[in-house]
Amino acid sequence: MRNSPLTAKFMITVKQLTKRYARTTAVDEISFEVAKGQIVGFLGPNGAGKTTTMRMLTCFLPPSSGTAKVAGFDVLEQPLEVKKRIGYLPETPPIYPEMATSEYLQFVGKLKGLSGSELAKRVDYVCGRCAISDVKTKLLGKLSKGYRQRVGLAQAVIHNPDVLILDEPTAGLDPKQINETRDLIKDLAGEHTIILSTHILPEVEQTCEQVIIINKGKLVATDSVRNLQARARGAESVLVEVAGRSGSLEPSIVQNTLEQVAGVSRVLCKQQGDARAVFEVESKKGSFVRGDVARAIVESGWDLNELRPAAMSLEEVFLQLTGSETADEPETPVEVHAS
Amino acid sequence: MRNIWIICRKELGSYFASPVAYILLIMFGLIFGFFFWNALGSFVFESIQSQMSGRSFPMNLNEWIIRPLLSNVSVIGLFFIPMITMRLFAEEKRTGTIELLATSPVRDIEIILGKWLASVILYACLLLFTALNFAFLFKYGTPDWKPLLVGYLGLLLQAGALLAIGTFISTLTKNQIIAGAVTFGVCLLLWVLEWVSGYETATWARVLAYMSVITHFESFGKGVVDSKDAVFYVTVIFLGLFFTARSMESLRWRS
Repeated sequence: MRNSPLTAKFMITVKQLTKRYARTTAVDEISFEVAKGQIVGFLGPNGAGKTTTMRMLTCFLPPSSGTAKVAGFDVLEQPLEVKKRIGYLPETPPIYPEMATSEYLQFVGKLKGLSGSELAKRVDYVCGRCAISDVKTKLLGKLSKGYRQRVGLAQAVIHNPDVLILDEPTAGLDPKQINETRDLIKDLAGEHTIILSTHILPEVEQTCEQVIIINKGKLVATDSVRNLQARARGAESVLVEVAGRSGSLEPSIVQNTLEQVAGVSRVLCKQQGDARAVFEVESKKGSFVRGDVARAIVESGWDLNELRPAAMSLEEVFLQLTGSETADEPETPVEVHAS
Repeated sequence: MRNIWIICRKELGSYFASPVAYILLIMFGLIFGFFFWNALGSFVFESIQSQMSGRSFPMNLNEWIIRPLLSNVSVIGLFFIPMITMRLFAEEKRTGTIELLATSPVRDIEIILGKWLASVILYACLLLFTALNFAFLFKYGTPDWKPLLVGYLGLLLQAGALLAIGTFISTLTKNQIIAGAVTFGVCLLLWVLEWVSGYETATWARVLAYMSVITHFESFGKGVVDSKDAVFYVTVIFLGLFFTARSMESLRWRS
């Protein structure tokens, strides 16, 4: 085995990667880089070309043009070297229902080149890591969806690969399982470089550091989660919670007062309860209004309960970047996240 | 080499973990057992008759029992081979496990050889049943064992060729039934091709008859290793596996 010629800090380098079929172009000149040890979210509506890109990275499909390098090895020229360094979890875990869990992991381990005591050690290790020790002797066909997904993850990490490629790792799981799987992925991030694809935005916000957004086979944006949120936001936007001191509060008066503050472009009442209300205050581009807003509230004799920047959820960023085509996508849970 | 063995072990595991292998073994055992019993019965009947009529009867077990039974096995095999090969690739394609194999650091040819080898081993297990029956002949008679061994070699070669074709067909579809049906059709055609030699002696007829897998077994059945026939089977094995490799490659370019 030759040593990896990797000198740069990038684990994955993709340049103008394209996959054409007879009539369609599934992936169109995508370029991106992934640094070592990062978790990258691969985001896009269904049919955007996520799976195709991942299949090219794992050497399952050859690219029509362009290059992809994993750990310095080209997927077309040295597929065996690439495959040794990659752990891949396809959309449906590739399990043999007639095998028992440990038997299956041993088979995959051998296939990836492990043997003897090292193999036994790794099987034990990944079983513990993915919390599947209690189903070691059970047949895979009898396992629940959540367990199958974890066995799928276990087979992907069995040979301790440099790069983990996970295609929709949380699809079809219940909320508890989704959280467990996300935690597990975050946990694995220290040792591996991870690319995970998803069409669920909060997942990216919660697990990933970097996002690659593609739509209709084209790269739309690639940036860190925080930058993307900031980029789409443009102007500053803050959430303020105001309470009336005397036990009553007239939201319209507060709104008027806030609108009068210099630099404020828009005020929205988001919530109101007895004697308190939450407003979203948007500033004009380039002006910072937080101080003035706070002062105006206090000077008018109200209490300022809370004041925080309103981060735009990736959902909105995503819709902005990918345009209206995403409107008819299966609904994804919308959450407003504060940063 | 190691990878071929890993794949082969896994395939054998799936055959024997599911009822497939046992059902094939039982059915084959039953059918062959009936053939054997029949052959033995008619042999005994003939020999008693010839004794009573005073004719001298050539009491040769090889001629009367082993040789016809071996060619029976080669025909029964045609029906069992599609059932052995139909799942090899079709099932992996349907369940998506082919992605695991294709993204593991093993060569396509290692996957193909491993699977083919497993199918040959399962067929060899079927042959073991016939050996059990033949063992009785050796207990109560003295047949020549060399032609029997040559016959088995021929059966394995013939099955290897058909199994390679079946493996290839299994890569073409996700549906096991389709893979099985097409393999069965092809096996049957390759068997009956030699019929044309019965009424036609033109070159095309001789070519067709040459392509028939059954004609090449005749010499093996007689206990003669004819290199011409051995080469035929090895060539078909090679071609079958070669096309399987091509098909797997095109799977990647197309899918």
